[in-house]
Amino acid sequence: MRFEAPETLDAAVTLLRGETGLARPLAGGTDLLVQLRAGFVEPDLVVDLKRIPEMRHITAENGGFRIGAAVSGAELGEHPELKRSWPGVVEATELIGSTQIQGRASLGGNLCNASPAADSVPAMMAAEATVTVAGPDGRRDVPVEEIIAGPGKTSLARDEIVVAVNLPPRPAHSGDAYLRFIPRTEMDIAVVGVGVSLTLDDAGLCTHARVALGAVAATPILVPDAAAALIGTAVGEDALTRMAAAASAACRPIDDKRGTKVYRIKVAGVMARRAAELALDRARSRS
Amino acid sequence: MSRHVSTTVNGDAVDFLCEPEETLLDVLRDRLALTGSKEGCGSGDCGACSVMLDGRLVCSCLVLGPEAEGRDIETIEGMADGKGLHPLQRHFLEQAALQCGICTPGFLVAAKALLDRDPEPSETEVRYWLAGNLCRCTGYDKIVRAVLSAAAEMREA
Amino acid sequence: MQLDAKAPIGDARFQQVGTRPVRPDGVDKVTGRAKFGADQKLPGMLIGRVLRSPHAHARIRSIDASKAEALDGVKAVVTCADFPDIVSGEVMAVESDESLRDIVYNVMARGKVLYEGHAVAAVAATSATVARNALSLIDVDYEPLPHVTDVDAAMRPDAPILHEDMFTSGVEPTPDKPSNIARRLEITLGDVEQGFAEADFVVERDFKTEAAHQGYLEPQACLASFAEDGQAELWCCTQGHYSVRNACARLLGIDISKLRVTASEIGGGFGGKTTVFIEPVALALSRKAGRPVRLVMSRDEVFRATGPTSSTSMWVKAGVTKDGRITAGEAVLKYQGGAFAGSPVEWGAMSAFACYDLAHVKVVGYDVVANRPKAAAYRAPGSPMSAYAVESVVDELAAAIAMDPLELRLKNAAREGTQAAYGPKFGPNGLVATLEAARAHDHYQAPLGPGQGRGVASGFWFNFGGETCVSMNVAGDGTVTLSIGTPDIGGTRAAQCQIAAEELGIEYGQVRAIVADTSSLGYNDTTGGSRVAFAVGMATIQAARAIIEDLCGRAAKIWDISPDAVVWEAGAARPASPNAGDFDPLTLADFAKAAANTGGPIAGHSEINAEGAGISFGTHIADVEVDVETGRVSVTRYTVIQDAGKAIHPGYVEGQYQGGAVQGIGWALNEEYIYGEDGRLQNPGFLDYRIPVASDVPMIDTVIVEVPNPGHPYGVRGVGETPIVPPLAAVANAVKDATGVRMTTLPMSPPRVLQALDEAKDVPAEGGAEGSEG
Repeated sequence: MRFEAPETLDAAVTLLRGETGLARPLAGGTDLLVQLRAGFVEPDLVVDLKRIPEMRHITAENGGFRIGAAVSGAELGEHPELKRSWPGVVEATELIGSTQIQGRASLGGNLCNASPAADSVPAMMAAEATVTVAGPDGRRDVPVEEIIAGPGKTSLARDEIVVAVNLPPRPAHSGDAYLRFIPRTEMDIAVVGVGVSLTLDDAGLCTHARVALGAVAATPILVPDAAAALIGTAVGEDALTRMAAAASAACRPIDDKRGTKVYRIKVAGVMARRAAELALDRARSRS
Repeated sequence: MSRHVSTTVNGDAVDFLCEPEETLLDVLRDRLALTGSKEGCGSGDCGACSVMLDGRLVCSCLVLGPEAEGRDIETIEGMADGKGLHPLQRHFLEQAALQCGICTPGFLVAAKALLDRDPEPSETEVRYWLAGNLCRCTGYDKIVRAVLSAAAEMREA
Repeated sequence: MQLDAKAPIGDARFQQVGTRPVRPDGVDKVTGRAKFGADQKLPGMLIGRVLRSPHAHARIRSIDASKAEALDGVKAVVTCADFPDIVSGEVMAVESDESLRDIVYNVMARGKVLYEGHAVAAVAATSATVARNALSLIDVDYEPLPHVTDVDAAMRPDAPILHEDMFTSGVEPTPDKPSNIARRLEITLGDVEQGFAEADFVVERDFKTEAAHQGYLEPQACLASFAEDGQAELWCCTQGHYSVRNACARLLGIDISKLRVTASEIGGGFGGKTTVFIEPVALALSRKAGRPVRLVMSRDEVFRATGPTSSTSMWVKAGVTKDGRITAGEAVLKYQGGAFAGSPVEWGAMSAFACYDLAHVKVVGYDVVANRPKAAAYRAPGSPMSAYAVESVVDELAAAIAMDPLELRLKNAAREGTQAAYGPKFGPNGLVATLEAARAHDHYQAPLGPGQGRGVASGFWFNFGGETCVSMNVAGDGTVTLSIGTPDIGGTRAAQCQIAAEELGIEYGQVRAIVADTSSLGYNDTTGGSRVAFAVGMATIQAARAIIEDLCGRAAKIWDISPDAVVWEAGAARPASPNAGDFDPLTLADFAKAAANTGGPIAGHSEINAEGAGISFGTHIADVEVDVETGRVSVTRYTVIQDAGKAIHPGYVEGQYQGGAVQGIGWALNEEYIYGEDGRLQNPGFLDYRIPVASDVPMIDTVIVEVPNPGHPYGVRGVGETPIVPPLAAVANAVKDATGVRMTTLPMSPPRVLQALDEAKDVPAEGGAEGSEG
């Protein structure tokens, strides 16, 4: 196995493009090294992205934020403006693993590892995030939900790198939240994960909503029906109940060592409601 | 193919050779004879390998050896400053916060990282910060108490 | 030499015993200096790796290691051909009676693999990478066979058979067909039919518990070195380096005295490191390669191929009168012990009803094999499971007669003189004291919030004595070195230094304790069975008293008086009375300076097979909060009350209580071995084998009760194991209190709890207890 640590994006893309064997980009390493250790992947080349400056910075841009794809969860959690605007995206990222994992794990890595249960992804999807992808032909911006193609698979070409996550500007009275169900209090992979983002008008009616679920299908999924249940309402009991039912109905889960189908479907509804309540709270308290 | 890496470990300039697939934990233990960091799982689930990397608490089993190039690493071996034990180390001893001791280096490095950024954590904050450090002997009670009492002593100083 | 059981027990005149000094190995452990199993190295050291079966059950048609042997950097390959074919009968060590034949078969498969992860071959190579590559070059031709992992399924007549020569013992007549039932046992007292006839209410329930692992943070690790003259050294983390020496010497075909085993610091054991897995393999590799070999298990291997405890299927029936007398207890316990006989069902059966003074008891136990790794001891082996079942049923008896669960236990508690179903009459013990302390504790009175419930349970462990040697030597300045032979898993060295200092009348800091290697000290049984504080303490006391007797004799010569006229008090030899003469006291330091002129080096030693170990009872109170929408159970408050006889170091006694309780909480709520249809373990890591993390549990309050054990000069009882016995039932009883639902399957993971809650909604209020006639 070879190891390279390029200092520019172009150099990184060139390395990936030029590798005839198996190449893997490396951000925080909290997934890749586990897979290396278990023998699930045997790359010929590992390309460390962390010495590329633009992958490590958070910039306020166009009213929103541009987050370098290799920024660690810990750094996200230390950014006051980001936490204020997008508490759901930040808390989702901060739920990944332990404090030690937080010191390294990144949005880019979490997304590109493409686990159906990735914590940051439902929150990014609910936030309508896009990612900037760099390749040999230049850059393109892609909605985050188009990146994951299946368990462990992305839609990226082998010489493309996710450079940044872009979060849009936040209208007034907006709030987002991410909640997940795990059996312990920490350290578990999500059995169900829910990201909710919503915006209220001055009268307190919901004008915009996005709901995404993780760990209940082959990829994280957007649930338009759940969002529709909230839009145009004051997000009261009825709306929340319908939203929760829509969330449960959208699940296509499997039985595995972390949860059964039946359990996931039930709990998806419960967590969706709770996440929506939290997002609502935040939307109401934000002008 | 071995790579040559230059880094700083516990304040000392250090050079080593390693295979790219060796982890920082492997390097610390097998190349630099710093066996204080332990391998409990090799997959980032137990925290026994905790070290500071450029001021961040990380699992050294999830860092590749070559990534240490030019970085600043602090391990358990650097915690006592040569003149005496760190208050956390002392409080762990006085409060019987260790039994077998295998998880202790990881806990001390992690707890120091907490107190260096937050001198007055609550019990809940301590527990959540340390959730990535597994202990099977103590049930965590005396560990949490030792961290809180060390924090109190450090605040007086 | 008499050990005076009437010496000051629980007496405030103890200077050292009962204090909380810093442990002598502590500084090394907080600085990273302490050396554990994987921390040692030797020049020319090779890395060993083990090839393990991917199948749960398969015949091995052939093994071709030639390509691996030819790989550059590979220095040795071993298979079962490198180990003896031991015929039945020999055991590893008298105290464990673990069959050596089973051990050698488990260490390296021959003929068949019996579980996924079963070792098939091993290599030693110049690097971890070469070793890993070498494993992939070993061709094993397997013929997969049907497998069985569930205990009930393994007992069915049509189950796949693991051992063609296993004919159930304990059954008359011996069956003529092999089965997976190694043994049936029965413990009886009185007549349970009569007892049930006397009851006003009878409860019976079925229970199932999944397998759990000790979860020690340090994977098994060793460093073996065979010299050209056949002398060998082994460095390993173990709870018993003498038994390791016995087993390895036998498996390698060498004299016991040729093998020196040094116990490293040990990163947890809890019973799981009382046997051998990789040590004989490392030695065999080293002998073949002519170089030292380091063999360390990965976490994955620890889960797949060390010794978890049994999964069980149990049935318990108990009866009670209207006014709270438990009239009879009956149980059938089925425990699977992995691929070889030896589940802890006998101890489970013996301890099942031990907390109760019953006239009528019948417990039937089945030791069953299944295609899982060979079970090893796990803290009070067998007892947590049977206690879970019995204590749950006792809780239901209390509910049936509307009596407080502690009151019911107090009314029926085993006391001094109670005839235990498994044989002995109990001596003085602390069960009633712990129940009364629980009742009086403010935890028991504290108000509960919405969604919260409270449960109590009691538990018991026998505790053992065993073969023990220590050696005590006085240095030229009067300070003392104590060599013990039991690895320190919980603070032993501190406690032994306290005891030595207490006896000699010197300061704690003047005694240094080390764990000696097998060449430096005589045979010691393993650290386990909660025996060390008791037995090693006894030996330390004896060794110290031997020194005192010697020094009093030397003083007598110096003073020219009778030895009877000399006493040892407050660290010095003194005339027993003014009549004996007016002499200045002589301290240990004084004697040490003059040693050469008064008889030579000053030392004491003791070799005993300690008896008189005291049973330890505990009672726990658990509060839980249940999220009824998700089934998640959180423990919000927990108190452990247990009898220690005499706590040498209260801090480390509390540590045992807290650690055992949290292991029990994990076992109750989330820990389980999950097998797929293919017989493979699905969760061989800490991600999905979910032990409690720091944020999962509250502070664990402890109360140390001291009812002295008359079999020990200070009254010491072992304490290490009892703490894991009550939590499974205490938490289950709390969940019942919070939700009205009785969980009869462990762990009570959220999906199981939610399903049980949903099922309870569909069923009208259940009876649970049947009233019987008359």
